[in-house]
Amino acid sequence: MTIDWAQFTPWTSFLGGMLIGLAASLLVLFNGRIAGISGIVGNLFASPKKQEAWRWFFVAGLLLSAVLYKFSVGYPPAQYPSSGWVLIVAGLLVGFGARLGSGCTSGHGICGLSRLSRRSLAATLVFMTTAATTVYITRHLIGG
Amino acid sequence: MQNLSALIIGLLFGVGLLLSGMTDPAKVTGFLDFAGLWNPSLAFVMTGAIGVGLIGFTVAKKKSVSCLGEPFHLPKTTVIDPRLVIGSAVFGIGWGLAGICPGPALVGLGAGIMEALWFVLSMVVGMGVYQLVVLRKGLS
Repeated sequence: MTIDWAQFTPWTSFLGGMLIGLAASLLVLFNGRIAGISGIVGNLFASPKKQEAWRWFFVAGLLLSAVLYKFSVGYPPAQYPSSGWVLIVAGLLVGFGARLGSGCTSGHGICGLSRLSRRSLAATLVFMTTAATTVYITRHLIGG
Repeated sequence: MQNLSALIIGLLFGVGLLLSGMTDPAKVTGFLDFAGLWNPSLAFVMTGAIGVGLIGFTVAKKKSVSCLGEPFHLPKTTVIDPRLVIGSAVFGIGWGLAGICPGPALVGLGAGIMEALWFVLSMVVGMGVYQLVVLRKGLS
């Protein structure tokens, strides 16, 4: 293992993480809800009783953060995969998998672990493992 | 009132994602690439988020209703079932393929990034497939 020192940003990552944790805390304390993005988005299209307005407002806030950043300090560097197919297949798997597994990186990885849920710990270990395995296969076995 | 708080909290969540570096797919795959040039930054994101989250959820557990008088909607299931494991495994494969998870995808969309738009559209389709196949057939 070699550490990528050039791309290593411990302080801003830690501070950004704290803000994410603060947002997750505030959402449960004020709205009584879990800040799980896949659940918030998925339920926008679910049964009518789950289509509450707050979900749209939360998503609007997420979108707005990008606009705010773009016109103040500038949008930070973001390097996306160049292949459209990779984006489409990845999107399908992420959407389907997160709904089937009842959560994603935010719902299980942050909120679930914060509330010491065994289910979320299991989910996080599983998706971290398959994600790292996928990166290993695509980068080191079939070439990058 | 809960709509206004959701908007502000969503904004705060997005700023956190942007500051942390989670909105850069290359950084995410860099963290997942243990065999290559490894970028440990995301471990710091998780530590910071869970560190603060632990406090928030501990306080929430002691209350009967939220500060806005809403009931708490917290998951009640505790069983680690095949759905959880298979779903998380599939999610992880998608996450590893592109380095994008739902939150950062939406933030990217907000910035008008075309790749994020493609990802979000197919993510919503994937969620729709789950809705149709799994829920309609009563497999849940």
